[in-house]
Amino acid sequence: MTTVLEPTNSFVTSFEKVDGHRAAWVNELRQRGMTAFCEAGFPTAKMEQWRDTNVSAIAQTHFVPAPTATGKAVLQLAKQYSFGDTAAAELVFINGHFDPHLSTTSALAKGIKVLSLEKAFETENVLLEKHLGKHARIEQHPFAALNTGFVHEGALVHIAKGAITEKPIHLLFLTIPGTEAAVSQPRVLVVAEENSESSIVETYAGTDGSVYYTNAVTEIIAERSARIDHNKLQQEGNMAYHTALMQVVLSERAAFVSHSTSIGSKLTRNDLAVFMGGEFAEATLNGLVLAKDEQHIDNHTFLQHEKANCPSHELYKHVLADKSSAVFNGKIYVQKDAQKTDAKQTTKSLLLTNEATMNSQPALEIYADDVKCTHGSTIGPVDPNAVFYLISRGLSVAQARHLMTYAFAADITRRIKVAPVRVRIEDFMTAQHGLPQDLRITDQARHDVAMQ
Amino acid sequence: MSLLEVKNLHAEVAGGGRKILKGVNLSIEKGEIHAIMGKNGSGKSTLCQVLAGREVYTVTEGEVLFNGKDLLEQAPEERAREGLFLGFQYPVEIPGVSTSYFLKAAVNETRKHHGLPELDAMQFLKLVKEKMDLLHMDKSFMNRAINEGFSGGEKKRNEVFQMAVVSPLLGLLDETDSGLDIDALKTVSHGVNAIHQSDKDKAILLVTHYQRLLNYIVPDKVHVMIDGRIVKSGGKELALELEERGYDWVENEIAATA
Ligand SMILES: Nc1ncnc2c1ncn2[C@@H]1O[C@H](COP(=O)(O)OP(=O)(O)OP(=O)(O)O)[C@@H](O)[C@H]1O
Ligand SMILES: [Mg+2]
Repeated sequence: MTTVLEPTNSFVTSFEKVDGHRAAWVNELRQRGMTAFCEAGFPTAKMEQWRDTNVSAIAQTHFVPAPTATGKAVLQLAKQYSFGDTAAAELVFINGHFDPHLSTTSALAKGIKVLSLEKAFETENVLLEKHLGKHARIEQHPFAALNTGFVHEGALVHIAKGAITEKPIHLLFLTIPGTEAAVSQPRVLVVAEENSESSIVETYAGTDGSVYYTNAVTEIIAERSARIDHNKLQQEGNMAYHTALMQVVLSERAAFVSHSTSIGSKLTRNDLAVFMGGEFAEATLNGLVLAKDEQHIDNHTFLQHEKANCPSHELYKHVLADKSSAVFNGKIYVQKDAQKTDAKQTTKSLLLTNEATMNSQPALEIYADDVKCTHGSTIGPVDPNAVFYLISRGLSVAQARHLMTYAFAADITRRIKVAPVRVRIEDFMTAQHGLPQDLRITDQARHDVAMQ
Repeated sequence: MSLLEVKNLHAEVAGGGRKILKGVNLSIEKGEIHAIMGKNGSGKSTLCQVLAGREVYTVTEGEVLFNGKDLLEQAPEERAREGLFLGFQYPVEIPGVSTSYFLKAAVNETRKHHGLPELDAMQFLKLVKEKMDLLHMDKSFMNRAINEGFSGGEKKRNEVFQMAVVSPLLGLLDETDSGLDIDALKTVSHGVNAIHQSDKDKAILLVTHYQRLLNYIVPDKVHVMIDGRIVKSGGKELALELEERGYDWVENEIAATA
């Protein structure tokens, strides 16, 4: 690890080493990304949007592009996080690099394509050129600009008009850090055409004990009446940095549901921006943060209501143990034409210790006059009245606190439709918060059978 | 030996706050039913909460023996497992925690404490079914979160149902009758009597404002609490007298003898 005076330097060096792409538009896109990143530099606390999350550790670390990894550890990790045959398709990336052997797309229904970005550059160039990099606002997101500078690997999910997949499409990004601090910058593009229905899961996971960095960008386009159920499960290693921008664009009557779960990493910053560009589009953003030790998890959401009659619901919950900290910043912007907007934002945070800290800020910017926008935030310890009620019936204090903690989290977990995601969250709740077997929403034993 | 022996109990709000109990003396024999009446704010709930081990109160003086053991030394959960039950005046709503899981844990923690094997799901279901019938509980009830969205009366009925399931030696019922409709009052009283009669040692302490309850659950002794002390005790006829005359005459009587 070396400290460089100009923190963008190591990336500039890497950038210069990247081979040019066959397609000129890709090279232009990369150049545009790198230029935007160099102009902005790494975010500092002076920037409004970055006041509560200090990314100097990322800026000061010399990251090399992550080399791929092979071997037993890789297989084991892939197995641990795989959805098995509960997935319609599963693309596995090791240290950012697509692994065709661990991936499977054979069970995909007609009209649905899931392929690595590298492959997509060959076969889906027109679609990519139309959308890739056209939605993510890189001028406002330096890390997304950085990712754009290195656009290369990742995934394309294309759901054709009217196509339906009930089983989830799983994009699994795994990191097995080597000796050097390495960065991978996956890029995902989802295009869901008219009247399609899909379930998409992005999992980001890695092993504990070494520093690495994942900087992801996902662009999601939901065309007229498309329905997308999206899960992001972040279980990075305990020394990892994770930054991500997810930019969603909704057309008329499109319905988008996001479940963002943050469990791992040392530091995470998620930006989730939804552009509601058609009437009667609907967005549901649910978030669950389960932090411990000295983890810092920052979720910034941005709901941009551009058209009339769009409801949005947002519920973010945080369970903060030890000395962990979290930030929630939820911006709701209602343009003057977006009449009858119905936006509801709620954040709830459970502080399990006196040292855990939560910083929750709503930011409403409303230019239409006939709208309903509500926001509410609660932050507090486990309710002592409830704990006393439970122990006065014979439960131990630990049992009572655990019970309260996972009841708090289960409020989110039970809304998640994808069973393997729930299992992973509940596994964590069992290990960390004493969730007993018979209170699991998803039966582990039955799930194991399904996985075989 | 009395089941509960409270001697000169003083308690204040923790952290040197307001003094609420100012020398309570009370003894309850095995098998007895007692009732405490008294004005709002006289300390009835505080007495119940202190007995159950509520940490927001500090005992500054006095002692309490429960079933021969020092009660005040025990943690709240230990007291429960030893057979003390508090039916709350204001039962807490706990969203997301199912009643069935919670009650099973409560029963099994108590059984473990007594060296008994834990009940499995089937055995627990059988026990619960019996008690649900006793208290005319709706079937959906076990799957609902603890008290969540329950009406005032439903919460009180739930408290007695839980008491029936854990089957304590001593049940403290803090204003369990308030909020119950006429039919519910009968059902719940019937339930309390059934629990009481299920074992000759079991005792009940009722806190109530209404003599009417005592027509259904007939007490052996009635106590009057004023300003943190039990100042007068008598038989069930004392409740009738209080109903008729209020509390002022008791206060005057005390003042005269002081
Ligand atoms: N935690 C507390 N902090 C401050 N004051 C308290 C606390 N608990 C009780 N008190 C006060 O102590 C007094 C006795 O309260 P308690 O609830 O025991 O009365 P009660 O006899 O049960 O009344 P009620 O008939 O209205 O239920 C009241 O004045 C009450 O405000
Ligand atoms: Mg009271």
